[in-house]
Amino acid sequence: MTEAVTVRELTKRFGATTALQGMTWTAHHGQVTAVLGPNGAGKTTTIECAEGLQRPDSGELRVLGVDPWRAGADHRACVGVMLQDGGLPNATKPVRLLRHLAAFHQSPADVDALVGRLGIGAFSGTTIRRLSGGQKQRVALAAALVGSPEVAFLDEPTAGLDPHARLEVWDLVRETRDSGCAVIVTTHSFEEAQRLADHIVIVNRGRVVGQGSLADLTGERSLEDVYFSLTRESA
Amino acid sequence: MNTAPPAAPAGTAAPTVNRILAQTRFETGTLLRNGEQLLVALILPAMALVGLAMSQSPSLGPGRRIDLAVPGVLALAVISTAFTGQAISTGFDRRYGVLRLLGVSPLGRGGLLIAKALAVLTIELLQSVVIGGLGLALGWHPQWMGLFAGVLIGLVGTWAFVGLALLLAGTLRAEGVLALANLIWILLLGLGGVIVPRTEMPAGLSHVAALLPSGALGDGLREASIHGRLAVIPLLVLVVWGTVATVLASRTFRWSD
Repeated sequence: MTEAVTVRELTKRFGATTALQGMTWTAHHGQVTAVLGPNGAGKTTTIECAEGLQRPDSGELRVLGVDPWRAGADHRACVGVMLQDGGLPNATKPVRLLRHLAAFHQSPADVDALVGRLGIGAFSGTTIRRLSGGQKQRVALAAALVGSPEVAFLDEPTAGLDPHARLEVWDLVRETRDSGCAVIVTTHSFEEAQRLADHIVIVNRGRVVGQGSLADLTGERSLEDVYFSLTRESA
Repeated sequence: MNTAPPAAPAGTAAPTVNRILAQTRFETGTLLRNGEQLLVALILPAMALVGLAMSQSPSLGPGRRIDLAVPGVLALAVISTAFTGQAISTGFDRRYGVLRLLGVSPLGRGGLLIAKALAVLTIELLQSVVIGGLGLALGWHPQWMGLFAGVLIGLVGTWAFVGLALLLAGTLRAEGVLALANLIWILLLGLGGVIVPRTEMPAGLSHVAALLPSGALGDGLREASIHGRLAVIPLLVLVVWGTVATVLASRTFRWSD
């Protein structure tokens, strides 16, 4: 079992605020890893460090065996990113954007297939500025997967989606996982973690308070119970 | 749990040059599809040139009016594209996380900056062809031996104004960038020695404008196209602005909002 992402004793401070204090978890190829935690627990900061957007103050971080801070283009080509705020240029149309992003890769995914799978064709004539939140969400997910990544970081991929769209996204995430990709998903949804994740990491106040498979983590209890007891105890 | 890792193909990113050219095409195409941007980049300068050629005021100083008007309008076009347009688009790209997403894509931050510069130069080339062609049709007689000097002044001016654009776009909120970039554009147009040469301005203002990048760009382009010479002092002024703006922007630029 090889580790696609290794986060070990990561710390990060922003002025007086400590965002990460000894964050430690791993994610593996061919698995969906769900990172659950309250707002401000350090989910997005950790993911942004792993994407190379932020530099941790201390600790060890490896993505595909590489330190993501200032990693080269070939490394970035293997890592798919869906940002929480989308990161999509407003003035363009979805398919033009996806084809453009695909051009950064030697062997990108099939853009038409992605567009079909995520129902993007239905609004392909609309500029991104005018899309609904859920529509933007689907374009951002397609943007993360367009390079056929080996590791995909998806920050709240189904937030704001209707139930049908959510099922489609979950199916696509599972297929991506089954192709051998390590998929890391942050979420507030217990249902999403339960249905999708092979490995669940619960974080609170900048560190991990519990992790394992759903069965390991919950035993006889519900994920919700375990989550609240873990995030309250350490609060 | 026992899934083997996928064989990591070495080098799955497209070649650097292809990535940068793809982004250059994308940025240029986005700009040319945007009606407002097209208005500011091409239609307004063309209208300004026709207006100046057809009227007697404002005074552009001694000499053939069209010969004085074309380099001024070219300077205005450079400022519109390199400064106002670039500041606003980069400010909003930063706000919407586009800079972050492209920064973690195979393109990367360095590639994005080069592509933006190339997109600006592509638009400026288009502007020069349109404005220069319109000028020639209206009777403009440039000194062709000043072409090299004019291109040099234009390139250094572009560098200075892109640097200033990134200084604004990388530090202020997107709305602030929008307001300030437009305000500065109007101030430079009215008082900066762009279209109305400094010879036609009050002495005090004229001295200030000589030290502004707008005045230096206007002076430099007029000197090149009217007298066929490289204006050294305006060139130095632009180099100083370019250096200061680049140093400040590289120290203060924040990629996320």
